[in-house]
Amino acid sequence: MELLDNLALGFSTALLVQNVLYCFVGVLLGTAVGVLPGIGPTATVAMLLPITFSFEPVTALIMLAGIYYGAQYGGSTTAILINLPGESSAAVTALDGHEMARQGRAGPALAAAAIGSFVAGTVATVVLAAAAPPLASVALKFGPADYFSLVLFGLIVSIALARGTALKALAMIALGVLLGTVGQDIYTGTPRFVFEQRELYGGIDFVSVAVGLFGVAEILRNLENEQTRTAIVSRVTNLWPTREDRRRIVAPILRGTGLGAALGVLPGGGHVLASFTSYAVEKRISKRPQEFGRGAIEGVAGPESANNAAAQTSFIPLLTLGLPAHPVMALMIGAFIVHGITPGPNVINDEPALFWGLIASMWIGNVLLLLLNLPLIGLWVRMLRIPYQVLFPMIILFAAIGTYSLNSNAYDVYAIVFFGILGYVLIKCGCEPAPLLLGFVLGPLLEENLRRALIISRGDPSVFVTRPISAALLALAVAALVVAVLPTIRQRRAAVFTEEE
Amino acid sequence: MERRRSFPDVLAGGVFVLIGGAFVVGALGYELGTPTRMGPGAFPLLVGASVVALGLAIVGKGLVAGEVISFGPVPWRAVAAIVVAVLFFGFTIRRLGFVPTTAVTALLTTLASARVRLLTALAVAAGLTVASTLIFVVGLQLRIPLWGPWLGF
Repeated sequence: MELLDNLALGFSTALLVQNVLYCFVGVLLGTAVGVLPGIGPTATVAMLLPITFSFEPVTALIMLAGIYYGAQYGGSTTAILINLPGESSAAVTALDGHEMARQGRAGPALAAAAIGSFVAGTVATVVLAAAAPPLASVALKFGPADYFSLVLFGLIVSIALARGTALKALAMIALGVLLGTVGQDIYTGTPRFVFEQRELYGGIDFVSVAVGLFGVAEILRNLENEQTRTAIVSRVTNLWPTREDRRRIVAPILRGTGLGAALGVLPGGGHVLASFTSYAVEKRISKRPQEFGRGAIEGVAGPESANNAAAQTSFIPLLTLGLPAHPVMALMIGAFIVHGITPGPNVINDEPALFWGLIASMWIGNVLLLLLNLPLIGLWVRMLRIPYQVLFPMIILFAAIGTYSLNSNAYDVYAIVFFGILGYVLIKCGCEPAPLLLGFVLGPLLEENLRRALIISRGDPSVFVTRPISAALLALAVAALVVAVLPTIRQRRAAVFTEEE
Repeated sequence: MERRRSFPDVLAGGVFVLIGGAFVVGALGYELGTPTRMGPGAFPLLVGASVVALGLAIVGKGLVAGEVISFGPVPWRAVAAIVVAVLFFGFTIRRLGFVPTTAVTALLTTLASARVRLLTALAVAAGLTVASTLIFVVGLQLRIPLWGPWLGF
């Protein structure tokens, strides 16, 4: 029962007082930013990353992870109460959740979301604990050529899942990879694209990129149409679902959990896809499909479970392969590196307490979230009344301070402006920001492994297709690209995304 | 879906071509090396060329069969206020110190909203300065001097 031993190690780490405390801080902050529209987990993690540098590595990662899955939780509250999804994956929850709230059934909707998320989080944590070790041992056999193909595969799958056109997503990835080349070359030490500025030798900090793309650009979007937020928040009464409700949510929660756990592993917004898919499945197999969109509790329970399960299992590629499935995961790679740990298959053997502690903390975090959300719902409702005029200066200021404190480098702060404006323009043109960040973080990995593989093969590029793992991954990458570009499949994919939107 | 000439597509493609092109030009200035030992310029050249190609494809598609997206208004005031505020922060944090820099940055940022009133702005700026000094300098012990050399400290 190796799994039990490992989990015991994990819980003994995660239950240390400071770890429970920061897990609590993480899920609390996560819920808060999930509830508040206009600031998401990516910007929050980016801003708080510098603060965690003084922590123990495991404590830092527990808190950052808490922000991520806490935000998935909090997003549903806003979606149900004011029909404004705080997080993109909560957009589906708003369909039936808000309808239920308008019928005076906000309580059961919130309860269904919270219970579903808790069940899903628990199951997905077990999936993560069981699936990660075998995957990591496979990944240990990877050579540079295989890693190159894996990273390429990850990047391409992330466009197949992103919204918007595949061409633009591809261009965003390439642009991210390109911007990742700024700074000293790893093999020769030649400074590249630094304009003779010593401050740029270390490259552009990914925190600046994340804060610019997800913080500043988002604020500019929100300031386009200023309007006082409709603060008509329905009163939440009668939280506990009726017996009929309880009977109706069991199956959707279980199906949502399964779907979410499977889809969460995919790079690039697997949790958004999971919640949309779960909604479509529930609607199709329901005996009362006409109720969907008019306050069907299944339409809340299923997608919420799916998105929370996916949030947990999206840690699988990060912890086993060092591949981020979500922009927040990309930032967590940075957190690993700052603490001197290279994320990837070695983490599980080299840092078992950290690995299992992080996994165990997710279950603890889910318990904390359940306690935080149901009894304290009134507090979160009140938070929705914070005016945006107070909120956005706070975000900008904290972003600037946090980024500066990374290396005391003013160029990191200037980079926020650059990426904020670049991101704003490109988002307005229909480009998604997430692929750029993923490309930026993975770009150096791509270059390093490409060059290393070619050095080993003495310049023979056929190494990428003669090694079986590499060849299989490249074939999958090509398949994913074809799926993303082919018009017929694209239309069907668009249909999944736009259904009932 | 309706397909027609799309300004956002052309603009986005243009941005890609511009940035990709700049990197290509820059990369040509570095050693390219051989396939066995790739020089520092090879990878950026390869990726930069792909960005340019993808950008051109987006422009081309935008001219004949673009995505129909409405570009919407640009909040020039907000763009200006936030850009100035953040640049000010980066430039003066070392020179003026934490407290004055934070206060001015916060005040500049509040001006981004078109509905701001002076009193609200001052209150928000004061509150944020106190809060961030407590959080970052007192609480998290960031090593940033509270008052900088420009103020004679």
